[in-house]
Amino acid sequence: MKLIGFTIAVLCLFFPCSSAVAADVLNTGDTAWMIVATALVMVMTPAGLALFYGGMSRYKNLLNTYAMTFVAYCLGSVIWMMWGYTLAFGPDQAGLVGGLGNMFLKGIGVNSLSGTIPTYVFVVFQMTFAGITVALVLGSVVDRMKFSSWIVFTVLWLTVVYSPICHWVWGGGWMSKMGALDFAGGTVVHINAGVAGLVLALVIGKRIGYGKEAMFPSSISLTALGAALLWFGWFGFNAGSELAADGVAASAFLVTNTSAAMGALAWMFTEWLVKKKPTVLGIASGVVAGLVAITPAAGFVGMSASLIIGLVAGVLGFYSVAVLKQKMGYDDSLDAFGVHGMCGVWGALATGVFANPAITDGAKGLVFGNPKQLWIQAISIIGTAGYTAIATFIVIQITRFITGGLRVDEENEILGLDNTLHGERAFEID
Amino acid sequence: MKKIEAIIKPFKLDDVKEALNEIGIQGMTISEVKGYGRQKGHKEIYRGAEYVVDFIPKVKIEIVVEASRVDEVVSKIQDAANTGKIGDGKIFVFPVEQAIRVRTGEKGKDAI
Repeated sequence: MKLIGFTIAVLCLFFPCSSAVAADVLNTGDTAWMIVATALVMVMTPAGLALFYGGMSRYKNLLNTYAMTFVAYCLGSVIWMMWGYTLAFGPDQAGLVGGLGNMFLKGIGVNSLSGTIPTYVFVVFQMTFAGITVALVLGSVVDRMKFSSWIVFTVLWLTVVYSPICHWVWGGGWMSKMGALDFAGGTVVHINAGVAGLVLALVIGKRIGYGKEAMFPSSISLTALGAALLWFGWFGFNAGSELAADGVAASAFLVTNTSAAMGALAWMFTEWLVKKKPTVLGIASGVVAGLVAITPAAGFVGMSASLIIGLVAGVLGFYSVAVLKQKMGYDDSLDAFGVHGMCGVWGALATGVFANPAITDGAKGLVFGNPKQLWIQAISIIGTAGYTAIATFIVIQITRFITGGLRVDEENEILGLDNTLHGERAFEID
Repeated sequence: MKKIEAIIKPFKLDDVKEALNEIGIQGMTISEVKGYGRQKGHKEIYRGAEYVVDFIPKVKIEIVVEASRVDEVVSKIQDAANTGKIGDGKIFVFPVEQAIRVRTGEKGKDAI
């Protein structure tokens, strides 16, 4: 998104217009790549994340986890077209939120351009980000949340939390004006979803029997397949965030894979050392940790930096879920905060350390003589985490009011939500 | 008549079945069961959280034979199911009062 989106947004400050009127020329190569990249990111949610999370949830809640993921993506798809896009990318209002000028995509047509691609492609590309971000949150609360509450929460959260933060960073809001670097969503997507998940988990409370009875994942093979699909889709997520088919996209593509692999290896070896077993769940989680951490840095850092970013992410992710979570005692069921929140923070800071101006001009981190960038990154982390914590809390309270509570009743929780909520079962194995 | 109930490691079932076939034992009932004895359970680790799985899968074999054959059958099972490691299982012997073949109504040793 970065500089192009930023430039468009700045132009819009001077000309009261939709973000579509920059004097650009359509590039067919960029457009073709961006349509493919968008489709890649789409796969991450109803396939990648659904399998990744579904496999980790208990056998009696696997379908409920799928349902929450699918419905998050579908709601995101619809809300984005109606008012999400304009709140994020409409004409800037005091750096805080986009205006309502592009509600229902008003003012955008087949000939509208965002940079060198049709605005329609940009709209859908951004929509896939909104969809996955809200879906990431559900990892914190699987096995116990009312489906109706999840639907209301999703609608409100995308409107009040995601869209404004997206505007701050990519839509020309205060964070981009401040010079915060977030190539593909370290703050907007991962810190945002991780912190929101933590708040939701704290408000909803622990699962019945948490810490006392064993809670086995339904299928580590589904989770591993989900991680692989996330990895695959992440190429669109990170390399696509360049919004062009060029050298920076290639660099983002390369560092994304390197960091994912390093994350997996680091998590696996750490766990092997500490817990004596190199688990497959650990390898799959390490992949995601590495991907999360490289996300804000993808178009700004070189290969060597991606090795370090992935390495630290793998160790930090393992520490967060295996040590920190146990110490703090919250039930972040599938570790949305532990993996996405913590590794997102690391990635955002690492961007401030390793950003190399030889890759993207003007993006210069600590090791290239710009310590101020690290400070800017820290403010963007605190700003995102602080806003999402408070706004998510308010959204939760409104949701609780609308749906009469947030949590399924005790009996349904014990019987499992696949059967009691959806009237189905995930497996028929006997 | 006696009933022999043997709880063994699942992968030893074929060996035990063949050993019993060799000495002319023609029928058995098996069930998949779970339990633990001295072997205890095993540990599984998911994202650092360790869960102890207490109950380990075993196979239970039930055979009814004439009292005179009990020692022979028990020793065959013991040989075939033995791996020398903890968790090989146990064999129990019970008295049986009566046996009836459903189809013909035969009773006692003719029914087994």
